[in-house]
Amino acid sequence: MLRRHVPRAVALAYLLAILVGPLAMVFWRTFEHGVEPVRAALSDPETLHAFQVTLIVTAIAVPLNTIFGILAGLAIVRRRFPGKGLLNAFIDLPLALSPVVVGLSLYLLYGRTGWFGTWLSEHGVQILFAWPAIVLATVFVSVPFVAREVIPTLRELGDEQEQAATTLGASGWQTFRRITLPSIRWAVIYGVVLTTARCLGEYGAVAIVSGRIAGKTETATLRVEDSYQNFDVQGAYAIALVLATIAVLVLIAMTLIKPKEQTS
Amino acid sequence: MSIEIRNVTKRFGSFTAVDDLSLRVETGSLTALLGPSGSGKSTLLRIVAGLEWPDEGEVILSGEDATGLAPQKRDVGFVFQHYAAFKHMTVRDNVAFGLKVRKRPRQEVQARVDELLRLVGLQALADRYPAQLSGGQRQRMALARALAPEPRVLLLDEPFGALDARVRAELRDWLRRLHDDVHVTTVFVTHDQEEAMEVADRVAVLNEGRLEQVGAPVELYDEPATEFVMRFVGDAHVLGGTLVRPHDIELRHLRREGSVEVEVERITVLGADVRVDLVDGDGRRLVARLRRDELDELDLERGEILWALPGRERVFG
Repeated sequence: MLRRHVPRAVALAYLLAILVGPLAMVFWRTFEHGVEPVRAALSDPETLHAFQVTLIVTAIAVPLNTIFGILAGLAIVRRRFPGKGLLNAFIDLPLALSPVVVGLSLYLLYGRTGWFGTWLSEHGVQILFAWPAIVLATVFVSVPFVAREVIPTLRELGDEQEQAATTLGASGWQTFRRITLPSIRWAVIYGVVLTTARCLGEYGAVAIVSGRIAGKTETATLRVEDSYQNFDVQGAYAIALVLATIAVLVLIAMTLIKPKEQTS
Repeated sequence: MSIEIRNVTKRFGSFTAVDDLSLRVETGSLTALLGPSGSGKSTLLRIVAGLEWPDEGEVILSGEDATGLAPQKRDVGFVFQHYAAFKHMTVRDNVAFGLKVRKRPRQEVQARVDELLRLVGLQALADRYPAQLSGGQRQRMALARALAPEPRVLLLDEPFGALDARVRAELRDWLRRLHDDVHVTTVFVTHDQEEAMEVADRVAVLNEGRLEQVGAPVELYDEPATEFVMRFVGDAHVLGGTLVRPHDIELRHLRREGSVEVEVERITVLGADVRVDLVDGDGRRLVARLRRDELDELDLERGEILWALPGRERVFG
């Protein structure tokens, strides 16, 4: 009897200690002095701006990487072409690379003395320490998630249904739209959720390339750090809580919309 | 629509799946492509459908070169061994698919789908999903789906291969009757010679990517063109260095020119027919088939030594 419960208890305790504990701690600290200081911290214009930056960057990066992820998945699973292995390996690069390295490489490319930097500054285009750099860094680190979800699902699906659609007269687009996409939709949605979470939470690469100018190029995660460094602990907790809440809400929403009976 | 395959070759790497094969399928016929696995029969069917491209040769549909034509433009219905059901669609939507992508008017689609669901006996299950159907029901749905856009050719790739024996037999009869009703030129692939003989009016026997023989089932059985066909279609046994059909083995009590000494191992009465299991001097087993009156005349017993003579010898060059 007891032995049966041991693994479950261990798993639960582990999750409590590693995940739930710290989260609960943030929650507790945020509301330690009531709701008013939280409201005040969140209505700070620079904080609001930071949230805005994060949301806009996410709104650009997620659709881009969703489209890329689906196309790359289709290419890798359904097509044969030279360099396929390389593409497959490159998709994982952001997972293996520390975001700081990503930031540094962008810095080296687009900085004033970088490869593209000189040409760009001559033409009056500012990438580093501005919006474009934040978007580039965020897109880079969130590349793998949709593709990594879609690839195994496409493999398992096989191409018989697509061939059947083709013999029934469906064009390539009709087959994709009516057969392939509905069949992989849960993988895509899950990939989008993971991509969104990664975009909202990105810190390292953005920290290097954004310039962290409050009210201009500061994202929500940078704002947490900034507030904390400036002894505005209450503000840091409040922003962190909002980020954590968004993440939890997204996960709950996904659990709710996921179909009860997955067809085999 | 007639199908003409002219000198088609298809290689996968170093493996030649179809080897310089030519075959003509007449309009309105029901043809079986019969062969062991790896004989190229499925590849050939997929080439006709446009799902594979031949390395050499041509595919002529209704007298027009269709070799480079996309599968969408070929007007063929294809049925896959594992059904290829659209899992996220109901039975009705599966069957309607080919009509919807052709943007046919809604009423027409509905009428045609209802007609087909009636034809395959799935009206009551129209709103179910494929996962809620049995294998036989899924395959009937796949057939209705393939027939919906009124293809000029129906191609079936081992259509009953994944089904159990009873459902298989049922669907075989059903396909035969369907063809008699609908008259669409039909080609199906099978490795089961009984299935080919029972359902098709013409059988093409394939081996190692080449056509061994094509003809009516009775022709293949009575006049096999090659040793392979002789062995693959119906039973064949080696007797005194030649191949014989079980009913062509003559059994006598006395030795004659060219006869072989055999021992009766077992006698099984199968209604009007009798099966006699024999062993020759080298320990090779063979089976003879006799009529009941022949058995009575011979008065056979187990363990008896007899002389067997090939009633009809076949020598293949």
